[in-house]
Amino acid sequence: MLSRTAENLYWLARYVERAEYLARTIDATLRVTALPAAYIGKTNEWDSALLTAGVAASFYQKYEEANEHNVVDYLSFSTDNPSSIRNCIEAARLNSRSVRTALTSEMWDTINSAWIELQEVWSKGTSTREDLAKFLRFVQETSLRFDGSAYRTMLRNDAYWFSRLGLHLERADNTARILDVKYHVLLPEEEHVGGPLDFYQWSSILRSVSALTAYHWVYRETLKPWLVADLLILNGTLPRSLASCYDNLVRNLDQIGVAYGRQGPAQRHARGIRNRLEHSNMNDIFQHGVHEFIQEFIADNSRLGEIITKQYLI
Amino acid sequence: MATENKSGSMAVAFDEMNIPGGDLRPAYQELARWLKETPPEALEYRRQEAELLFRRIGITFAVYGDAEATERLIPFDVIPRIMSGSEWALLEKGLKQRVRALNMFLRDIYHGREVLRAEIVPDDLIFQNPVFRPEMNGQQVPHDVYVHIAGIDIVRIDANDFIVLEDNARTPSGVSYMLENREIMMRLFPDLFARHRVAPVERYPDELLSALRSVAPQGASGEPTVALLTPGVYNSAYYEHSFLADKLGIELVEGRDLIVKNNEVFMRTTEGVKRVDVIYRRVDDDFLDPLTFRPDSVLGVPGLMSAYAAGNITLANAVGTGIADDKAIYSYMPDIVKFYLGEEPILKNVPTWRCREPKDLAYVLDNLGELVVKEVHGSGGYGMLIGPAATKATIEAFREKLKREPEGFIAQPTLALSTCPTCTASGLAPRHVDLRPFVLTGSKTTTIVPGGLTRVALKEGSLVVNSSQGGGTKDTWILDE
Repeated sequence: MLSRTAENLYWLARYVERAEYLARTIDATLRVTALPAAYIGKTNEWDSALLTAGVAASFYQKYEEANEHNVVDYLSFSTDNPSSIRNCIEAARLNSRSVRTALTSEMWDTINSAWIELQEVWSKGTSTREDLAKFLRFVQETSLRFDGSAYRTMLRNDAYWFSRLGLHLERADNTARILDVKYHVLLPEEEHVGGPLDFYQWSSILRSVSALTAYHWVYRETLKPWLVADLLILNGTLPRSLASCYDNLVRNLDQIGVAYGRQGPAQRHARGIRNRLEHSNMNDIFQHGVHEFIQEFIADNSRLGEIITKQYLI
Repeated sequence: MATENKSGSMAVAFDEMNIPGGDLRPAYQELARWLKETPPEALEYRRQEAELLFRRIGITFAVYGDAEATERLIPFDVIPRIMSGSEWALLEKGLKQRVRALNMFLRDIYHGREVLRAEIVPDDLIFQNPVFRPEMNGQQVPHDVYVHIAGIDIVRIDANDFIVLEDNARTPSGVSYMLENREIMMRLFPDLFARHRVAPVERYPDELLSALRSVAPQGASGEPTVALLTPGVYNSAYYEHSFLADKLGIELVEGRDLIVKNNEVFMRTTEGVKRVDVIYRRVDDDFLDPLTFRPDSVLGVPGLMSAYAAGNITLANAVGTGIADDKAIYSYMPDIVKFYLGEEPILKNVPTWRCREPKDLAYVLDNLGELVVKEVHGSGGYGMLIGPAATKATIEAFREKLKREPEGFIAQPTLALSTCPTCTASGLAPRHVDLRPFVLTGSKTTTIVPGGLTRVALKEGSLVVNSSQGGGTKDTWILDE
């Protein structure tokens, strides 16, 4: 297939995934900030939301204070923020138009209908909490529909695999970023500075990667920080865990390699990261330093993106 | 059916459904019965449904210079335009004849130039014409086909009078509307189809693909690779480009996806580069190759013209076809048909005054109020004067333009384009229509799917059917008798 088509499919999936992740982050933050101050301590949750979205620096060039109004606006609607939900949806639609021939009509319909629907939200904004909640739910549903229609309607060929690469790479990045910002509340009990207040932080993290229920099914335990970290990093059964993202990335890259009859640096690099995740346990990671581990992962993950681009997309 | 225009003069237009006196033309009888049975609300409901479908499918076009609405819908009228099989047969014959002559004319202009030696067409009209491409002199194009895809604009002024308004031999657009209009009509009005025998149009993509494959260069493999070259997602016809690429099952490429190596054309793919044999290009000549034409073009492919000259790639349509559909050449078409084919032209031309000729200019200046004056190089209905509908001031301003640069204009009488029943705010009413059928020429055959794009001027009395200026479209039915 055309390199440009593969590139568009890859980014299309990334934009949709990112839009969903931002919607989840805002949702989770709204919940936690609705609690009485005594339950969440002194941290500014809106500031954390900016950090996990990776846009804190550009935000503070425009705003003085990270409060609900400013952050929701910046993450959702701002045209200045290149990765606001709005810009993600716009970019996803533009990419979809450029690769219409590679999309199934169901996928196009999902993106195009969402784009049409959201024009009104862009022009009017969301004046009430209820409106905002509706909007955030709509974004998440759009992503689910898009993902579902890709899964159910696309031919299993390189077009599908490149779009899956985008999805999993973005997903791994998002999960890693939450961990990066919140790692301090995930330290084992004895090293812990917070206290029981952090319960709400933990559940908020799980909620933003839609894993709160999953946690209980996997561990059948009350929320424990190192188990939260274990779930998000190493548990291969959770679709948003780093381990699961890399299982998928390795598989999709292998499928491309087989179809093209050729392996390359992308396949090797992805396998390297997967192996490291496979052979880690939480004890080692805590010993080594969670923060360092996560930062290394983020760098490795973005390097994989560069390698894929070089090998296939240009 | 009489149409009153602003100057108060009356032009009697041929109505395709109603015969003056109250009878119906045969092709429309079943439709008329159906309309009688169908309540207006049901029609309005379907109209809204159609609009929703167009928007969801994303069948939009861009209007240049319109910042607010970069994507617009072309209004779709749900009342089909119907022609009988025998009417179509006549038209089809005429179209094939016309396109054959266009191809022969182009071959001649870029080779022996017999048409100039025989003084059928004046030299300066060719050599001083900016759309003439000296690069094409003496160049062999695969299978001698220049115009693979032609869109011939036809107007009807009487029962058997079909007139060519314009030949489009460069990159004619609109065929996606022909196909999508039919799809949508079949979804919305299945029972209406059940009551008619409408010739299908869905073969078009298949026929286009075989035509394109048939003209591949000699060195190409048995399964030539065809690609559609688009200027990109911001082009006004982008939807059509992606639609056609999809229906043909070929890659939709932009200039940056193609590279030329050793005079061969390749596309960049995820598995390395892949040879391309035929390019259905929807990029104008000027932008095709920055090394040959406009150096500032980022839409083209550097070196494409040298690969073309080396005979390694087929461009459809060929470079330089603009000289055949130029409005200045248009008026010579009846003579061109006779010269190459030795036949009387089946389709007539609109009588045309060439303002470059002093006698004609004098007549035009004296009768500006009754005439339509067009820029020789204009398109899309821009820069044209419709005398009967224009104000005095506009006419006077145009008079000055004409005197300054007479060779830039032609003039034609205001034609009473035929009318068809159309949905309007106050119920069904006659509106003027034209027709653009699409003629495909391959190495051996010329084909036309029965139908085309009917454009309708939605404003009462208006004769401007261009989508950029408030025109809409209709599904076009050819009855299989």
